[in-house]
Amino acid sequence: MPNTEYIITLCDGPSCIHKGSRTVKDALEEAIAKHNMQDKVKIHLSGCLGMCSKGPIVIVNPGYTIYGSVTEADAAEIIEQHLINGKYVTRLVVDEDHLYNRFFRIFGDNDFFGKQMRITLRNCGIIDPENIDDYLSLRGYEALAKVLTELTPKDVIDEVKTSGLRGRGGGGFPTGVKWDFTANAPGDERYVICNADEGDPGAFMDRSAIEGDPHTILEGMAIAGYAIGSTKGIVYIRAEYPLAIKRLEKAIEDASKNNLLGDNILGSEFSFDIEIRLGAGAFVCGEETALIHSIEGSRGMPRPRPPYPSVKGLFGKPTLINNVETWANIPVIILDGGKWFSSIGTETSKGTKVFAVAGMVKNTGLVEVPMGTTLRNIVYDIGGGIEGGGKFKAIQTGGPSGGCLPEEYLDTKVDYESLAAVGSIMGSGGMIVIDEHSCMVDVAKFFLEFTQDESCGKCTPCREGTKRMLEILTRITQGKGKPGDIEKLERLGTMAQRSSLCGLGQSAPNPVLSTIKNFRQEYEDHIFNKKCVAGVCGALLTYTIIEKCVGCGACKRVCPTNAISGTRKQLHTIDQDACIKCGQCYDTCKFEAITKA
Amino acid sequence: MIEMKDQKIDELKEYIAATQSNDNPESYLIAVLHKVQGLFGYLPREVMDVVAKAMNIPTAHIWGVATFYHYFNLKPVGKHIVSVCMGTACYVRGAGKVLEALKKNIGVEIGETSEDKLFTLQEARCLGACGIAPVIMIDDKIYGELTGKTATELIKKYRKAAKG
Amino acid sequence: MSELITIHINETEYKVEPDQTIMQAADKLGFHIPRLCYHPKLSIEGACRVCIVEVEGMKNYVASCAFPITDGMKLHTNTKGLRRARRDIIELLLDNHPMDCHTCERDGNCELQRLAASVGIRARHFEGEKKHYEKDISFSSIIRDPDKCILCGRCVRMCSEVQKVHNLTQAHRGFKTVVMPAYNMPMSESVCTACGQCINVCPTAAFLEKNYTQELFEKLNDDSIVKVVQFAPSVRAAIGEAFGLEPGVNMEGKLVAAFRKLGFDYVFDTQFSADLTIMEEASEFLERLQGKAAMPMITSCSSAWMKCLEQFYPDLIDNVSTCKSPMSMLGALIKTYFANKIKTDPKKILSVATMCCTAKKYEAARPELDVDGMPGVDIVVTTREIAWMIKSAGIDILNIEEETPDSPLGISSGAGAIFGTTGGVMEAAIRTAYELFTGQTLVDIEIEDLRGLEGIKEGKVLMDGNEIRVAVAHGLGNACDLLDIVRQEPDRYHFIEIMGCPGGCIGGGGQPYAAANSIPLDEDCLKKRAEALYDIDRKKTIRRSLDNPDIQQLYKKFLHSPLSKVSHKLLHTHYQAKTPVGIIPKK
Repeated sequence: MPNTEYIITLCDGPSCIHKGSRTVKDALEEAIAKHNMQDKVKIHLSGCLGMCSKGPIVIVNPGYTIYGSVTEADAAEIIEQHLINGKYVTRLVVDEDHLYNRFFRIFGDNDFFGKQMRITLRNCGIIDPENIDDYLSLRGYEALAKVLTELTPKDVIDEVKTSGLRGRGGGGFPTGVKWDFTANAPGDERYVICNADEGDPGAFMDRSAIEGDPHTILEGMAIAGYAIGSTKGIVYIRAEYPLAIKRLEKAIEDASKNNLLGDNILGSEFSFDIEIRLGAGAFVCGEETALIHSIEGSRGMPRPRPPYPSVKGLFGKPTLINNVETWANIPVIILDGGKWFSSIGTETSKGTKVFAVAGMVKNTGLVEVPMGTTLRNIVYDIGGGIEGGGKFKAIQTGGPSGGCLPEEYLDTKVDYESLAAVGSIMGSGGMIVIDEHSCMVDVAKFFLEFTQDESCGKCTPCREGTKRMLEILTRITQGKGKPGDIEKLERLGTMAQRSSLCGLGQSAPNPVLSTIKNFRQEYEDHIFNKKCVAGVCGALLTYTIIEKCVGCGACKRVCPTNAISGTRKQLHTIDQDACIKCGQCYDTCKFEAITKA
Repeated sequence: MIEMKDQKIDELKEYIAATQSNDNPESYLIAVLHKVQGLFGYLPREVMDVVAKAMNIPTAHIWGVATFYHYFNLKPVGKHIVSVCMGTACYVRGAGKVLEALKKNIGVEIGETSEDKLFTLQEARCLGACGIAPVIMIDDKIYGELTGKTATELIKKYRKAAKG
Repeated sequence: MSELITIHINETEYKVEPDQTIMQAADKLGFHIPRLCYHPKLSIEGACRVCIVEVEGMKNYVASCAFPITDGMKLHTNTKGLRRARRDIIELLLDNHPMDCHTCERDGNCELQRLAASVGIRARHFEGEKKHYEKDISFSSIIRDPDKCILCGRCVRMCSEVQKVHNLTQAHRGFKTVVMPAYNMPMSESVCTACGQCINVCPTAAFLEKNYTQELFEKLNDDSIVKVVQFAPSVRAAIGEAFGLEPGVNMEGKLVAAFRKLGFDYVFDTQFSADLTIMEEASEFLERLQGKAAMPMITSCSSAWMKCLEQFYPDLIDNVSTCKSPMSMLGALIKTYFANKIKTDPKKILSVATMCCTAKKYEAARPELDVDGMPGVDIVVTTREIAWMIKSAGIDILNIEEETPDSPLGISSGAGAIFGTTGGVMEAAIRTAYELFTGQTLVDIEIEDLRGLEGIKEGKVLMDGNEIRVAVAHGLGNACDLLDIVRQEPDRYHFIEIMGCPGGCIGGGGQPYAAANSIPLDEDCLKKRAEALYDIDRKKTIRRSLDNPDIQQLYKKFLHSPLSKVSHKLLHTHYQAKTPVGIIPKK
């Protein structure tokens, strides 16, 4: 059936037959014939689909649109509206068909997917992201059509407020309130910006969301444009994401061709264009005022707020900035309702959150879970536990701005407040699982190296403070830590948290302060006992050759300082004074005869 | 050679001219610098002068922007750009060792170009391929699950291919 | 007046005007919050974080320079936590700063030093790696020393927002941020106009004038040469501040005495050559008015403006007066007229100029201004440099007897004095041009429209029924705005005065550093300096340049007449377009 475009599945269970499904079938066939679509449409009869109360059930694929209580008279409308015009027959769509979790039908109910709930990523992996028809077939742009035809701008903002959605970029500011502020700020021109400058090391949910479902973002932005009275949208995206950029470009082009963007969208009074602007490798541009400066063609340096961008943003005009994940929730909220959305999650954090789970966990990748899921659920039930049989040591959430939580906090629920209460943050959703082979001082140093390198250099606490903190951490890992160093880190850290100009500097000390709080013993071991229990900090290690040595001489040959001696087939020894702790012998030995401690 | 350069400059000027009819034309500076890098591989000083004139933006401003963003190269780069991902996942899985091995094999530090102009070594922030960490990207191609050894072998392969 | 709102500072309630920042409100209530990157003439940066305060209900400290007050706001300026955070922030700046205060030119005059003292840094906790970059000494006027820079950004904002030269930028980022010209090119090759305003606003010694004091001290000991000094009008109006006096004290007589005590053989007054400039310029203007050259005519005495012209407005070169600056005119006369008079080989004369200006150092080095292959001025020192020399030589300037400049280049009219403030050249020129044109004496010689610190001032004069429209701009940014108008409407003005520095020469890049209780380029200070010059003018009996007897003598004996052949050879010059071409961004 090379030409088949649609498969209509008709429930042929007794209940539906009783309610008239057979006549519906005849009517469908008649309508198909009328439009000469016999080659394109095939009708399947299925066994009972279990939705007997809503029969007769008609399912249109691709798209898995479920129509219920279909009558003979409705059949022609389904063919004409859905198949020919590409529009849903909304009044027949079965309510339970939420937009989320469509992937179950494709990926089934395994552990990894089964415990997730996919709203943001609902279409990722389901649709062809370069084909607008695929998106349309899954009720794509229906939310936009709905707001243009049925809702006032205020209704839209109210719906978003009702949903309880909060900014997914890290700040957690109530999205509806932000829209309201921007809508009410004085000015005749406004901008809508999608912040796709995802730069957290180890986080890639925005990239996946755009690459997998670019139209959702565009639709969300257009809805906001209508709600706040803006005609101009901008996606600010990292230049490092060429595929995402390409897909966005294609999506914008296709949407414009279909009158879903551009002038008088869908015949309405509303016009909205979206332009792509590229970043150029500066993490700080995720901060909204820095992002604005970058779009304006300047150095991406933050400025003090207020004024907030919602009042004075891009080119001095009121500007609404949300991140990718936030935008992806909007069409769902419009179609399934803010009230429904707010039923998911916890008291203060609604909906779902996408996390990029990485590090020493069996299943790495993106997971989307309802707010309130525990860290333990994510690490063990979805992530499959620790890889390599090691022992769990910490989980780092929130990227370089977040904190490291030890095992005792594993039952913490992921929501904005709970994570903050235990000294970490939700951030944009990075989640790194750390096992016993990682040194927490070294981990803190790693994150600080990142923020230090990404500091824009504008404010003193971040520019100079993170540098000094990094120096102290470095000397601790090199065995040169001094009494008082922990206190200095705490002092600089709290100062930078409270005094820095922007979120980057304010949160840069988090990995350090949280590891001091939760793993202070490791810091003290490094400083006072000159020991790194994880065996990571080279300068603090002692390499020893043990009985297992067969005297093969491999270690002796690789040692760059000739610190290893021993005759062939005899136990070798390491001269500790000459050893520079490069670890090459350890890596080379095939007999596990060298230990480091 | 010079003709080719003139051609590129013409192309650049056309690109700039197209942006200048938009609102807030100066805001296209970063896009224009991306174009310059696309054409020349880096941001040559004399080309930044051309941009300054065509966009009516002071050179100091352009220089401030060019040096702020790490994506822009201020010096000519090698034939292949080797980016070692230093994202968290890669770091946890041994990106440091891969980087050390590459530095040694190519004979340069981060940000430098090898003497034979074949490779420029760079550090990258998360390339989004955490599932196959540690990864490096050579030009547009991603290689994953690397060790110091396999990474050097990759470089050798590129070197061999370049020699034909 | 809008309704007052209530704020609490340190537990006390105050009623204040709305729509101001915390810092503005606190200043008026007598709370001086420490600050560094803030400057009232520049945009808000909020970068240094020195001015942080605590606002109840907010998790983090806020920068008081940027944060607006709101009704009911409760804030604290001096809590234990704030004191410690401020202390640590300033220590962090010190930790990345050379520890060479004792050998630093700004020792005792450094805002960072004062701040460190005021927050009580007695120990250092966080020392580590320091940045190190090459000092740029390429330029004849201005030295850039990035090691001293604490990245407050005041110079960058001054250069781009006030002067609109856009020579400086912050390059790179984070700990590696450096203030530099484009491409890190040497200052000598950059579009720097040498105005020196970066020096004025720099809290440390990251920008300094090129210092010639040691060289000058050496030459002053050389008995084989004749040492001649001239000093600009605004030097006398400001140098007192370097000795702890209030701004606006006229130090002319004491300064002349101090010059002699330093070892100068002759002390001449640049105000004399200001009168001469007026004679030439007014005559040139009348010629242009008759259609002999491009109109409007623009003044040429500000050296920073001249470099700005050549780089940014080469299309207006023909509009600029060919007159050399008063300094260079006097230099030329010293090496010719005066050398002849004292029968000395001009090569044996050391011609020194004491100027309020850093750009004059650059001007003195311009080969096109040479006289018979010699520079008219050999060494230029700023007000700051000469103040230091006076102190260094142990001269008690505050208590010495006043003396008068030497003849024949020392007497000046009141018109020469007001050259030092914005609008003064125009006012002085009108006084003489009016008489030259109409043959009658202008009675009402104080032209209020041209006085004051407004960026661009306009005025009209009727000369024999002809309306002469004039405009005055001070600071290169205002000049750019004015010249953009001129480009659009070439007929709008007949005569334009441009001064490169805010307030004119009184705000020059070489003037004394702001006192401990003041800020650089404080408007009150500028007004007082200007007032000192207007006061000199008022007290003179001769207030028009053409009435100056020494000027009359000079024309009679040497120059013959304004714009004569000799005049053209010695007192006039030409300008040429220069690269790199400067770019002023669109508004």
